[in-house]
Amino acid sequence: MAQVSLEGIRKVYPNGFQAVQTTSFTIQDGEFVVLVGPSGCGKSTLLRMIAGLEEITEGELKIGDRVVNDVDPADRDIAMVFQNYALYPHMTVRKNIGYGLKNRGTPASEIAAKVEDAARMLNLTEYLDRKPAQLSGGQRQRVAMGRAVVRDPALFLFDEPLSNLDAKLRNQMRIEIKALQRRLGTTAVYVTHDQVEAMTMADRIIVLNAGRIEQIGTPSEIYHNPASTFVASFMGAPPMNLIRAEVDQKQVKINGYDALMVASEAFSGPITMGIRPEDVELDAQGQVKFHVDILEELGAHRLLHGRIDDQPFSVMIGKEDTAHTGETRIKLKPEALRLFDKDTGLRL
Amino acid sequence: MKRAGFDNIWLPVALLLPQLMIIAIFFYWPAGWALQSSFYLQDPFGFGSTFVGGENYTSLVGNDQYKRVAGFTIIYSVLVTFFSLAIALLLAVKADKVIRGAKTYRTLLMWVYAIAPPVAGFMGILFFDQSTGPLTKFFQMFGWDFKLGVDYNATATAMVIVAVWKQIPVNFIFFLSGLQSIPRSVREATMIDNRSATGRFWQVTFPLLAPTAFFLLIINITYALFDTFGIIDALMKGEPGNNPMTLVYKVYLDGFRGNDLGGSSAQSVILMVLVLLLTVFQFRLVERRIHYT
Amino acid sequence: MAETTLETPVETHRPRRIKWGAIGDHTVLILGALLMMIPPLLALTTASHDAVTIHREGLQLTLGDNLGKNFHAAMFEKGGFTQTVDGTLMLMNSFILGIGFAMGKIIISMMAAYAIVYFRLRFATLAFWVIFTTLLLPLEVRILPSYEAIQKLGLTNTYTGLIVPLIASATGTFFFRQFFMSVPEELAEAARIDGAGPWKFFVDILVPLSRTMIAAIFIIMFVFGWNQYLWPTLITTDESFFTLVRGIKQIVLSYTDSQIPEHGQALALAIVAMIPPVAIVVFFQNWFVKGLTESDK
Ligand SMILES: Nc1ncnc2c1ncn2[C@@H]1O[C@H](COP(=O)(O)OP(=O)(O)OP(=O)(O)O)[C@@H](O)[C@H]1O
Ligand SMILES: [Mg+2]
Repeated sequence: MAQVSLEGIRKVYPNGFQAVQTTSFTIQDGEFVVLVGPSGCGKSTLLRMIAGLEEITEGELKIGDRVVNDVDPADRDIAMVFQNYALYPHMTVRKNIGYGLKNRGTPASEIAAKVEDAARMLNLTEYLDRKPAQLSGGQRQRVAMGRAVVRDPALFLFDEPLSNLDAKLRNQMRIEIKALQRRLGTTAVYVTHDQVEAMTMADRIIVLNAGRIEQIGTPSEIYHNPASTFVASFMGAPPMNLIRAEVDQKQVKINGYDALMVASEAFSGPITMGIRPEDVELDAQGQVKFHVDILEELGAHRLLHGRIDDQPFSVMIGKEDTAHTGETRIKLKPEALRLFDKDTGLRL
Repeated sequence: MKRAGFDNIWLPVALLLPQLMIIAIFFYWPAGWALQSSFYLQDPFGFGSTFVGGENYTSLVGNDQYKRVAGFTIIYSVLVTFFSLAIALLLAVKADKVIRGAKTYRTLLMWVYAIAPPVAGFMGILFFDQSTGPLTKFFQMFGWDFKLGVDYNATATAMVIVAVWKQIPVNFIFFLSGLQSIPRSVREATMIDNRSATGRFWQVTFPLLAPTAFFLLIINITYALFDTFGIIDALMKGEPGNNPMTLVYKVYLDGFRGNDLGGSSAQSVILMVLVLLLTVFQFRLVERRIHYT
Repeated sequence: MAETTLETPVETHRPRRIKWGAIGDHTVLILGALLMMIPPLLALTTASHDAVTIHREGLQLTLGDNLGKNFHAAMFEKGGFTQTVDGTLMLMNSFILGIGFAMGKIIISMMAAYAIVYFRLRFATLAFWVIFTTLLLPLEVRILPSYEAIQKLGLTNTYTGLIVPLIASATGTFFFRQFFMSVPEELAEAARIDGAGPWKFFVDILVPLSRTMIAAIFIIMFVFGWNQYLWPTLITTDESFFTLVRGIKQIVLSYTDSQIPEHGQALALAIVAMIPPVAIVVFFQNWFVKGLTESDK
């Protein structure tokens, strides 16, 4: 078990491309941290630097109390699960799981026992003598997990381990991985671009954008108090509504005519206003006019997609509520309103 | 190189060393030496040599015999390449179509790959035997007094026929695998779009095979130039005399029988340049193939 | 007949047209197969006749009764100029050349390809070019200087001189490089995290993973080595180093020499020279075809 700390870590690839800008954060012992962000934002690069597969250009990486910048991946006491699982195709499941132990000179009897344990934990016992090609996607995923847990490492690293699975299996494995990590109490860093995975699995989420950390926080903080328009629009499905607005004498106004609630800070001028679709209600007496274009039925609730003037806007309503396309009025929950700088996108 | 290569220094050096040493001793040294001696005139009895500059090259250009050999090499390469590709393509298209016995046909059509060129040449001698050869008799039916090893055209014809026969399997294998890698969906789409089988072949299948065909073109030219040495040597039965021969055979002949080291080296260098051009052409092609697939 | 055609025109018409096409296809294929099969088959039938018959009548369509005798003579009677070499010895030399060349090539080129692909080497690019330039010049082009080099090293009439210079080209290295590049990156990374060093990774993972590729390359290289002609002709003048294919030259010379027209024996030897490479190609044809077509992509 270990705490992981990054101090001023930066990555520049040999071709001169800066994939990760100077970054510092600490992962607590036993914590499950999810790195999330759009494709190409540097998640894998960051993870691979922690694993030791990619050289650290600048900064200091500590696992436990040890600076590991120059430590070989094998000696960092980590285990990693890859997106394509990277199972050794010519080895049986048993050999795959035990290979790391064997390389560490663990006695054969001990390897056998540990592999059995890991297999039992992951429901793989009956597949131990099969080769990876004879397993389903989910089973392969489990073998990859087995290879990680059998070594009892201080740190788990996951690089999009579920993205090759179908939706149903993904949900199931998501829960299994989380439960396993809870049980073992091992620190984990998990990379994904799926924000549902991030929200459900993480103790803390790190949102990356273009090699930079946008926000670090618990899922709830990230969801309810996004630090920027980027986080607001990236996290949550459907994403937060972001529309142009104006603050005038502590009043937030949309397009000048619909006076809204009081802004808490003393600033004025054009801003970007954000509100989650579920924090909006249909209300004939509402302050804002809303034109509904499409009604999307999702079972548990319904989504109304439309426009406030010319700006796209969505509203989520309960399955009992009635709705129809065309003009209507809405009410925005004042406490759910988030204001961002119109140029930088940062939270005001 | 791989993303996360190992950082070890001595292991890769040790791994590379055997190959590099063999290449240095048996490739770079001889090649360099050939280049050097192409500028020297060697004493026939091996007592030293004199620097003659480009004379070995210029005398080749003016040499009628060399021009004749070069001319034959070109015609020979073109004929061998064309016929072996054409026959192989026809067979591959048919083998790709039939359902019954496909595997057997494949085996029967490809196994000749394993026969050594001089062995093929030797069988050619039997088939073109002056008094008893069945192919000799066949040509005589058309009034051609076919005399292998005596008549220039007869010997040349025999060389082309044997070389084509020996090369059909390689081309067949590549064409067949090229055909089989055309996605099923594409074939089905053409079936719907085009009613005529011939039309389908020329408009869809053939263009998709073009990369394979281009690649084979190079392979076949290389084969005709170099790998048919054994066939040619066997069919002229060790008597170069007035017989047709390829450029490579002449390099060997001048160097080993004629003891004309400088001239032979100059010919080697010319061939090297030729191969270089072919290879550059091929690499560009391969690159393009990689981009497309 | 006319009635059925009228009633169900589609059903009777369609199968017949397809059948004609198929017959055409099969005809072409059978002709092709005959084209490829007849010469070696005639060589075999002819090898079963006595020397006089062959000399007088040429190729024979039927099996005679001298097959065993000719093969026995070809394999066990000493021949050549010096009466020192028999077919068995040449067969052995052919195997030494074929297997030695294939194994040497595979080992050396796998090692080199591994070094080039999996190590962060500053001079990897240089090594790559130094090695791959050799693809440009087949041995035939530099035959004379190569021969001189071997002679200076005193390696004529040795197995080393016979085999090693043939290895000096990058075909195998190029092939293994391509294959290694296609192995997923994550495999090496997983192995590193599993504590496998470069040597362990090579032996435990990469070599077992390349098994079919190695088999395919082995077949191609074995056939290539076995069928070498020009190089052995130059390097081996001592008949006890003759391979079968090298010996063909002697066979051809003896064939044209009317003093000793042992045609039956000569043919028998030629057939022995064909059997091992043909057998390996036919039996392992799936590997062989895969190796051949993929090595050049
Ligand atoms: N070896 C490399 N050399 C140069 N640039 C690289 C290299 N590897 C990655 N990059 C670049 O670094 C950036 C970050 O890559 P990274 O693989 O970390 O993205 P990611 O966030 O994991 O994306 P994805 O979700 O698609 O996996 C990308 O723009 C990528 O093009
Ligand atoms: Mg990634």
